[in-house]
Amino acid sequence: MLEFKNVTKRYGNAGRPAVNNLNLKIEKGEFVCFIGPSGCGKTTTMKMINRLIDITEGEILLNGKDITKQDPVQLRRSIGYVIQQIGLMPHMTIKENIVLVGTLLKWSQEKKDARAKELIKMVGLPEEYLEKYPHELSGGQQQRIGVLRALAANPPLILMDEPFGALDPITRDSLQDEIKKLQRDLGITIVFVTHDMDEALKLADRIVIMREGEVVQVGTPEEILRNPANEFVEEFLGKERLIQGRPDVVTVGQITGGTPVTISPQDSLKTALMVMRDKKVDSLLVVDTDNVLQGYIDIEMVNVSHKTAETVEEAMEKEVFAVTEDSLLRDTVHKILRRGFKYVPVIDCDGRLTGIVTRAALANLLYDTIWGDGMEFEESDSGSQEQ
Amino acid sequence: MMEFFANHGNELLFKTWEHIFISVTAILLGVIVAVPLGVLLSRAAPKFSDRFITLVGVLQTIPSLAILAFFIPIFGVGKFPAIVALFFYSLLPILRNTYVGIRDADRAVIEAGKGMGMTTWQSIVKIELPLALPVIMAGIRLSTVYLIGWATLAAFVGGGGLGDFIFDGLNLYRPDLILAGTIPATILAILADRLLALLEYAWTPKGLRESYKKAT
Repeated sequence: MLEFKNVTKRYGNAGRPAVNNLNLKIEKGEFVCFIGPSGCGKTTTMKMINRLIDITEGEILLNGKDITKQDPVQLRRSIGYVIQQIGLMPHMTIKENIVLVGTLLKWSQEKKDARAKELIKMVGLPEEYLEKYPHELSGGQQQRIGVLRALAANPPLILMDEPFGALDPITRDSLQDEIKKLQRDLGITIVFVTHDMDEALKLADRIVIMREGEVVQVGTPEEILRNPANEFVEEFLGKERLIQGRPDVVTVGQITGGTPVTISPQDSLKTALMVMRDKKVDSLLVVDTDNVLQGYIDIEMVNVSHKTAETVEEAMEKEVFAVTEDSLLRDTVHKILRRGFKYVPVIDCDGRLTGIVTRAALANLLYDTIWGDGMEFEESDSGSQEQ
Repeated sequence: MMEFFANHGNELLFKTWEHIFISVTAILLGVIVAVPLGVLLSRAAPKFSDRFITLVGVLQTIPSLAILAFFIPIFGVGKFPAIVALFFYSLLPILRNTYVGIRDADRAVIEAGKGMGMTTWQSIVKIELPLALPVIMAGIRLSTVYLIGWATLAAFVGGGGLGDFIFDGLNLYRPDLILAGTIPATILAILADRLLALLEYAWTPKGLRESYKKAT
């Protein structure tokens, strides 16, 4: 969707280019974070995409078309743009701000009203806010409006220049969650500039680390944490993150173990009891013929309902807490522990049961992490042992 | 007092009207020229703009009587040279305030507008002028008050206005005539300032009005 070809930017006659020979391809629907110390050229790179800064050499292709061959004003209207200072128009209402691009594109008033209402719902603000002015909103609310303004005309690509940098940590955290969700739901491509590594690790599908106008490393957060390209990247990540990073990027699927004991919903309670006894377990996961998780049943439930129910389906608990195999462990471990279960079923994206995570597996991982602490980087080579 | 009004009442009304006509024409011309010029300057190199404004400032320091005298050979006598001279005086405050108002408008807002795909023209009309409006209006008010005072000098080149009373009074040793020119001119200036203040309030976009109030 977006491609940089040998892009170079020189300001005036400065010796070192601000961006030097950048080559990068960004796919549709990708969340790409540019990160690096100040002056590394990340913001320059972003602003070249919507031509707020002109390219010195090379070309940027947007959907295969050279952006310098397009009218800059039309180009910018088709790309969302969010900046750190928010930059809401103080003299316009929230509604006017949200549909600003619509106004520029000469939408009808009805279309603008409808779009504004639709958008403000997406960030959970009441509709009355549409008639307010920016100064009546808190910083976090203002930046939500800033994001909505960028989304208004359904641009396939959104540029964000440290959008959450000026917000307090709690607000920032919730906005990060919201933007990630919006990006996934709407399938938009986001180019995101930040200097906050935690933010990049949390949000990005791919991280582009830059220094002095050059790309140092491009990769998924996992790749970068596992194999930092050089000392600069290691230092930028920080030792602490590299160590913490390992369990950070472990997905649930990697620690999934054991064959779960299952039963079909059509089986009788008697069969269920026999399976439990044979396998020496006190609960069973109920799956249908396609191995899709339906619920679970334990010895208590059989006890309570053996007089009224005949099949497993009638007695089982349908509300079952499960985790998907590709979710990150750091996001789920807390939930797993809090539920107090001995194990948690793991499902794939179609809801099929693929295994279970046991408390023992978590304890092992914890042990590895603490033990790995003393061993530092040697560990990263033999990282597969921990699974 | 009553006697004065009986003798000069009509004349006073007429002269006041002339006075308003001269000042308002000059200030309107000033706004028409200085605001766009200020916008242009805000887009020029800051060095050039600063020098340009200094230059206009120098023009302002030429004594008004001298300027009127210079204009007689060029424009002759009457209202026209008076208006031209006053127009020059109205330029500086409006020009400088427009330039400063736009230059100091919130850069983030302007950049956001540009990034959203506003043309230069849209940025000026929809963002920069509304944001700079209070500052520009302050310049216009200042100019107007000065101009109403200086318009008395129009009488010097035969332009008419309340200055006629003052010059007559000076020539004839008639303090009542001097007062008859001075007091209405002062009242006019105060009224014009209040009127413009109301206009400024009415024109300032609602969102800005409240945020300014909050800031002060």
